[in-house]
Amino acid sequence: MSCLDSGSKTEKLLEVRDLSTYFFTFQGVVKALEGVDLGIDRNEVVGLIGETGCGKSVTGLSIMGLIQPPGRIIGGKVIFKEQNLLDLKEKELQRIRGKGISMIFQKPMSSLNPVFTIGKQFLDVIRLHRKVKVNEARKIAVTSLRKVVLPDPEETLDRYPHELSGGMQQRVMIAMALACGSDLLIADEPTTALDVSVQLQVLKLLRRVMKDAGMSILLISHDMGVIGSSCERVNVMYAGSVVESGSVRAIIDRPLHPYSKGLMEVIPSFSESTKRLQPLKGEVPNLLHPPQGCRFHPRCPFAMSVCKEKVPPRVEIEDRHYVSCFIFHENQYRS
Amino acid sequence: MKKVKERLRYVGYVIKRSPLSIIGVFLIILIICIAIFAPLIAPYSPYKIDMSNTLRPPSAKHWLGTDSLGRDVFSRVVYGSRISLKIAFVVVSIAATSGTLLGVISGYYGGMIDMIIMRIVDVFLAIPTFILAMVAAASLGPSITNVMLALSIIWWTWYARIVRGEVLKLKSMYFILAQKSLGAKSFRIILHHLIPNCMGPIIVQTTLQLGFAILTSAGLSFLGLGAQPPAPSWGLMVSDGRQYLPGYWWMATFPGTAIFLLVMGFLLLGDTIRDVLEREVT
Amino acid sequence: MRIYIIKRLAWFPIVLMGVVTIVFFLTHLVPGSAIRILLGPHATEAMLQHATKEYGLDKPLVYQYGIYLWKVLHGDLGRSIITGRTVIADLAIYLPATIELVITSLIIITVVGITLGVVAAVYKNGMLDFLARGVAVGGVSMPQFWLGLMVVLLFFYWLGILPAGGKIDPNIGAPHHITGLYTLDSLLTGNWAAFKSTLLHLILPAITLSLTNLSTTTRMTRSSMLRTLREDYITMARAYGFGGFRVNFIYALKNALIPVASVLGLTTGYLFGGAFLIETVFDWPGIGLYATRSILNVDYAPVVGVALLTSFIYVAINIVTDIIYPLIDPRIKY
Repeated sequence: MSCLDSGSKTEKLLEVRDLSTYFFTFQGVVKALEGVDLGIDRNEVVGLIGETGCGKSVTGLSIMGLIQPPGRIIGGKVIFKEQNLLDLKEKELQRIRGKGISMIFQKPMSSLNPVFTIGKQFLDVIRLHRKVKVNEARKIAVTSLRKVVLPDPEETLDRYPHELSGGMQQRVMIAMALACGSDLLIADEPTTALDVSVQLQVLKLLRRVMKDAGMSILLISHDMGVIGSSCERVNVMYAGSVVESGSVRAIIDRPLHPYSKGLMEVIPSFSESTKRLQPLKGEVPNLLHPPQGCRFHPRCPFAMSVCKEKVPPRVEIEDRHYVSCFIFHENQYRS
Repeated sequence: MKKVKERLRYVGYVIKRSPLSIIGVFLIILIICIAIFAPLIAPYSPYKIDMSNTLRPPSAKHWLGTDSLGRDVFSRVVYGSRISLKIAFVVVSIAATSGTLLGVISGYYGGMIDMIIMRIVDVFLAIPTFILAMVAAASLGPSITNVMLALSIIWWTWYARIVRGEVLKLKSMYFILAQKSLGAKSFRIILHHLIPNCMGPIIVQTTLQLGFAILTSAGLSFLGLGAQPPAPSWGLMVSDGRQYLPGYWWMATFPGTAIFLLVMGFLLLGDTIRDVLEREVT
Repeated sequence: MRIYIIKRLAWFPIVLMGVVTIVFFLTHLVPGSAIRILLGPHATEAMLQHATKEYGLDKPLVYQYGIYLWKVLHGDLGRSIITGRTVIADLAIYLPATIELVITSLIIITVVGITLGVVAAVYKNGMLDFLARGVAVGGVSMPQFWLGLMVVLLFFYWLGILPAGGKIDPNIGAPHHITGLYTLDSLLTGNWAAFKSTLLHLILPAITLSLTNLSTTTRMTRSSMLRTLREDYITMARAYGFGGFRVNFIYALKNALIPVASVLGLTTGYLFGGAFLIETVFDWPGIGLYATRSILNVDYAPVVGVALLTSFIYVAINIVTDIIYPLIDPRIKY
């Protein structure tokens, strides 16, 4: 069976351990994910925050097993409902996709097939996971569309994707995920491509609808505002691994990892200090040649000699507040 | 310089991963060598008639047999490579230079010149190439030189259109605007910036067109509009050999195979280069 | 939308004018070309005088052009020395056979070419990709006349299963003439013997013509398919749990095929060009055979006539393709 070290087995929906995904390109090997750890319980909304290029989307795709060559998952475990997804064959994975875990992407326009009507795509998905006839499927689709507050659901089904606005398209995507009845939804930057005025609406809708249905969400974003307003817990990601994870409150009030501290300080509303805003020094590392040891050490104001050599292991500081940083291994490394 | 090296390395990488292109390069080099060293490779003169030895099947003495006048088919095929390659390179060189020039002028200056040139190109391309070639060759009179002339008149249009397309794309790029604002003269811009950046598609087209030129000229020779007897033109040989099918099949089969191999060589190579370039763009 | 159609249609006569001009230009490349074209090298003094008066050969070039244009616009394409009929009449007789051949090939190319392209894209860089592309490139590299001969050698002389040439078994005879397309006519009149015979005679030339023109369609389908497979909505479809077949052959293919439609117009042009050599090798009584026979007998007026006709058809097909294109893609609005 799987080995889980904390939390009761029955509550944990998804547990990602030490996930590593590399891309084997002409220029070399891009180490996109290096030992990612995260966990999601039933009925909770968990965030995954990080800058562009830190590997958030790759994490989502890796969980779903949708990494295409030249990328490959090279190590780790993705345990969903006590099954390691990485052990499964493609056919078995297909059964879990949509039904167990569903996903929505950043650009709803490009997520919908432009040459088929919304109805055709929606009904295909419903009938893939449930053995229902076409009329029954249509009823289910209409009900879902109503739940996401889409006007004229019947007519929407007969339209083509380009006839809808961005916000409406994203609601359709949410409705489709809902209709699948999965346990977990991975939402990759669901509002980033939408107009600001629509963003908050869609976020609220997403959270409400999923809670009502008893679905968990993994909300991926680079925007702390999005995460702060919708999530209960959050994982902070940097250059391919999760550096800190805990409740949203804890991370905002008491960020432990130097990177998280830096992140919170550049957000005026979250920064408690009255000092001038301090942007993080340096640049995001090139994942073709990532730094040795802790990937953040070149930019870290607290870097020690051990940070340049070894990758810091994850420790639990307070209840379910984890961090990966040598600062917190007092006995061993304090210089 | 570094960029050129980097590009070459990339091309080498892709070619290595694509066995088809290696076959293509191999075929081309093989046949070019055959053409260059023809006198050393061919055991007999391609024109030597031997009426006592007509219509002999392939044997140790005559690897590909003899034809209706007792000439050695192998030697004729070997020398035929010279004709095919000559026609291809001459036609494509003329077409490439004139077509590129016109394409660049058309794309760069735009306006009336562009419209006129492009309309002419459109009309030329509206007539299927082979038919166009047939009419031109018929009009000039059958001979190898006239085939080259006829094809040159037609072929430049492909280049003009493609180059113009590239130039239009480049024209809107910042570095051209930057050059202009620095006061660079048009001529310099064309020579130093536009043309080198078009080289990619030009090279692809050239490789492919070499293949098609061979096919078209062979077709014309087959119909009697190109090389005249006793020239060892591959197309002509197939035409001659046709009446001796099926019993004396070697006269028609081998020259055709030669055409096939040479053309395939060029097309495989051109395809690969095209793939490499496309990948670079996306 | 209507404006777009009108614009495209208005283009038609302009291009045709251009075609006639180019053909005129080509037939007057060197002094003496025109005469050679009209009368062949064995012209008598009387014929020469007649032609000079008729075509204004002693007048300035522009004048000759005018006469030529006038004649073409009135359907006077000259007369064939061999058949004795006007070129226009000959064309009407021979055209249906070529159309039959071209349409059959077009169908084969569409089905086979697209399948090969899809297979090559889905199994990218694998054995099947290699094979599919190899077949496509190999096919286009073969000289059409040579392939035709080889195929006849194999299937007629050595295997004896398919006929060597002609359009139909002379013992069975042509079906009652309705369209001139033997397959269609025999079906419409219930003449099964004629239908079967025509089909047998059609196989080899159609396959030869198709094989040598697969490349463009296959390549276009492959690259279009590859581009489509990278799109988000395909990843999305996989994220829902759809399997390979559905994703590739239904969701991706419909999108990938849109640009392929534009290539089919181009292909038809090549088919008409290729028909010349194929018809010659297979004795298929179409305009291609008509043209090449005329050339061999230094009777050039038919050649020019065929060139004009083929160009007209090609331009028309391209305009039709341009008009149909926006209808296939629901995103385009005019």
